[in-house]
Amino acid sequence: MRIGTARSSYRHDEALFDSRTQYAWLAILGVALLGFPFVADEYWLYLACLVAINIASATGLNILTGYTGLVSLGQAAFMGIGAYTVAAFEQKFGTPVLLNLLAGGFVAMLGGLVVGLPSLRVKGLYLAISTIAASVVLHFVFANWHSVTGGHSGITVAPAEILGISFDTSFRLYWLFVPITIMMVIGAANLFRTRIGRAFIAIRDRDISAEVLGIPLLRYKLLSFGLSSFYAGVAGGMWAYFFRVVTPESFPLLMSIFFLAAIIVGGMGTILGAILGAIFMTMVPEALKLIVGWLPLSTDATLILSPVRTIVFGALIVGFLVFEPLGLQEIWRRIRRFFHLWPFRA
Amino acid sequence: MDFDWLFLVEIFLAGLGAGGLYALTALAFVLIYKATRVVNLAIGEMLMIGAYLCFGLATAMNLPMWLAIVVAVIASGMAGAVLERVAIRPMLGESPIAVFMVTVGLASILVGVVELVWTSEPRRLPEFMPNTPVMIGEAFVPPKVFYGFLVAAALIAVALTVFRFWRGGVALRATASDQQTAYSMGINVPRVFSLSWTVAAMIAAIAGVIVGAVGGISSTMGVFGLSVLVVVIVGGLDSVLGALVAGLFIGVVESLAGGYLGGEYKLLATFLILIVVLMVRPYGLFGTHEIERL
Repeated sequence: MRIGTARSSYRHDEALFDSRTQYAWLAILGVALLGFPFVADEYWLYLACLVAINIASATGLNILTGYTGLVSLGQAAFMGIGAYTVAAFEQKFGTPVLLNLLAGGFVAMLGGLVVGLPSLRVKGLYLAISTIAASVVLHFVFANWHSVTGGHSGITVAPAEILGISFDTSFRLYWLFVPITIMMVIGAANLFRTRIGRAFIAIRDRDISAEVLGIPLLRYKLLSFGLSSFYAGVAGGMWAYFFRVVTPESFPLLMSIFFLAAIIVGGMGTILGAILGAIFMTMVPEALKLIVGWLPLSTDATLILSPVRTIVFGALIVGFLVFEPLGLQEIWRRIRRFFHLWPFRA
Repeated sequence: MDFDWLFLVEIFLAGLGAGGLYALTALAFVLIYKATRVVNLAIGEMLMIGAYLCFGLATAMNLPMWLAIVVAVIASGMAGAVLERVAIRPMLGESPIAVFMVTVGLASILVGVVELVWTSEPRRLPEFMPNTPVMIGEAFVPPKVFYGFLVAAALIAVALTVFRFWRGGVALRATASDQQTAYSMGINVPRVFSLSWTVAAMIAAIAGVIVGAVGGISSTMGVFGLSVLVVVIVGGLDSVLGALVAGLFIGVVESLAGGYLGGEYKLLATFLILIVVLMVRPYGLFGTHEIERL
């Protein structure tokens, strides 16, 4: 049983991590993250990079959907803006990588602000559908603005290069992506200890009450859209450096649904939820690949892999919403609580 | 200036034909929404299931086409009832967004099932409609589009009559207008939920068969549902009249955009209309304006 965590000051009460145990686990996690690239093979590093990108984007969507309560199906499109910005900067100006990523974030943020404009007028499902509209329009722009986006064939991106080191393998990209993602996650976690973050939560819980309490709705909703799409933009930028080719088909509506599914499965409105959800949803297809590979099948295994993946994807969304609406994060909390209370309560 | 009026008229008529199918599917959508307040994103996939069932029955089991259609429609209706009971009913009272996401998940499951059984290759439904070209005045209308429109129009008329006069239809409308009162008047509301999903799935299946006959079937034909989503938003989620008017309207606009600007402008045009309507009349052209109170 965990004892001795009585909080004696406001500082302590507000802290992100409030006990020695948590710091110890964080240290272990840090060491694991540092050591991981040296023990993992290329395939696992590839997955790790993908997970890092997805965590960054899911965290962004979580700010908007989980904390502010504005459902968006445009996350992939904002990632697309970020990816195209990075690709165009890299190709046309050859500016430094970190600047490109920031630029990707900011341009996506501008896009997010525009898309967020209807959010004061419409909400709930209508807003979700208007973000679908935005992603259709953006897809059209990606496919037809030839001078910048290269049309349907897209843009090839040169490998990221910082201080003469070329980030061309998953091993190297890991050292670029993971720190960025960690910074973004910590930023999001801290956001909800500030006035802005609290305002977001107030808007989620009841937007009319929030307005009565003196929170300017339009400003904060737009801010939420902007922040969320900034995250998406940076994630999209990383995506561009990771896959090194950006096409209009890279960011389909399905990808937006994927991120929404990730935060639902993980647990909406919690930092941990977005992380767990992104990891889980990225790993499930890989796990399925393994399982389908093991099954003794008469037909070609790859033939049924894609449909099975689609079914499992849908079943996960439905299953979590029906049986565990608070997501993986709640399962995690139950496990933790069990150990906290052990051996007094089972 | 030499303007090709005939071309315009032909495109307009083709658009009306497509619009009829939009209106029919939108009717199924509105039916579900009115009765259960569920925004069903899986409507396009229900269409697809209907079409594929029909395809499977007609080719694998060698049923004659009319029988295949009838069986497929009945089977789709049952599938709709099962979906409602298994996935939607447990979500009763949850936030609309959660239910919406459940239907998104359902859509994904349905696509997966179709790809698993029939693979993702596009297929063609057996021919069952008359093939003689139809001329309205001087304008040529593809026969499938023409007969599809006729079937859609007839079906819409039947559906509207049924919901006006049949006991179950009255129960459905009562539930739609006030659930609690409906309950206290002795209407079995959960059964109305089942009924609405069953009937909507059947209507969607018929629409699916027609859409499949016109354009072929594939596991991506659920995209049709996106346009239907635009139709119902433009018309107003809970308005049958809105669904019909907006269905024809979107059909024509899509056809004009496709004919004059190119195929890739179709979705763009419909979604631009959607954005404008959301900005100007968020509750749609004929929808109920819900007033929010603290």
